[in-house]
Amino acid sequence: MADGVDEMDRKILRVLLADGGLSAKDVAAQVGLSQPAAWRRIKRMEEAGIIRGRSIVVDREKLGFTVVVFLGVRLAARGRLDLEAFERAVQAIPEVQIVQHVLGVYDYRLKVVARDLSDFERILRRRIMTLPGVGAVESNVMLTEEKPGVPMI
Amino acid sequence: MHALDYIDRRLLRLLQDDADLTTAELAERAGLSAGACWRRIERMQRDGIILGRRIDLDWKALGYEVQVFLRVTLDKIAPNAFDSFLRAAREVPEIGDIQTLLGRVDLRMDVRARDLDHYQEIYRTKILGLPHISEIEALMLVSELKNTENLVL
Repeated sequence: MADGVDEMDRKILRVLLADGGLSAKDVAAQVGLSQPAAWRRIKRMEEAGIIRGRSIVVDREKLGFTVVVFLGVRLAARGRLDLEAFERAVQAIPEVQIVQHVLGVYDYRLKVVARDLSDFERILRRRIMTLPGVGAVESNVMLTEEKPGVPMI
Repeated sequence: MHALDYIDRRLLRLLQDDADLTTAELAERAGLSAGACWRRIERMQRDGIILGRRIDLDWKALGYEVQVFLRVTLDKIAPNAFDSFLRAAREVPEIGDIQTLLGRVDLRMDVRARDLDHYQEIYRTKILGLPHISEIEALMLVSELKNTENLVL
């Protein structure tokens, strides 16, 4: 296990994973610490990079983004320069939320969020299929998503 | 639900870039009074557009070095294959997000482990025991180049 993270820290992380908007005061009440003690632990985990930061959570569908697609991408060419050119270009596409280099049947995993299927088709044709070095692309459209209730930490 | 205007979108973009902004900072960057800014944020929360905040964890710093994406095809001849698979998968704490898909595979899920030995143990004792799996394919994360939930607003 990681150095310097004790059971109380893990408890705090579980509370914050369930609701990242909680104040140090709310967290303290849930884990049974004083507010300054909870605040110090959260601050320490932020400084150590265990908590990387906070993000806002919005309702994707209410904002008009109804289509999420996971893409598996295989590169056609495999030189080091091709990798770098592909990686730079794919990260710059704003509709691509996730870019992961993976080992397996694909080289990269992408998550794309679009307004609707025709918007997705435009992104796929104009942005993804034109990436340098791109080979086979497989699309899987997301139907439902579940996030675990009690995360393991 | 109240229709969003360009000022609401600007506020959302600012919050997507930095969720730690206070209402005063946000108001200043958007060129609004603090009161007007607060009312807009409050309305977007009431309408369920802003759902809250989330913390981003560095799992490696917590001792989880290995992340694998499993892509599963189910034996759909079995009645309720999806439901019983999902019910059983939810009981495995090492399984994170689960998505059902329309495409070549039926669902995908994230698995986190401390190291390869730990992954092997989870895979053999917990994953392979899940019901109605007909095929399973693994992608192992090498590096994550981008991971955001930001939308193009």
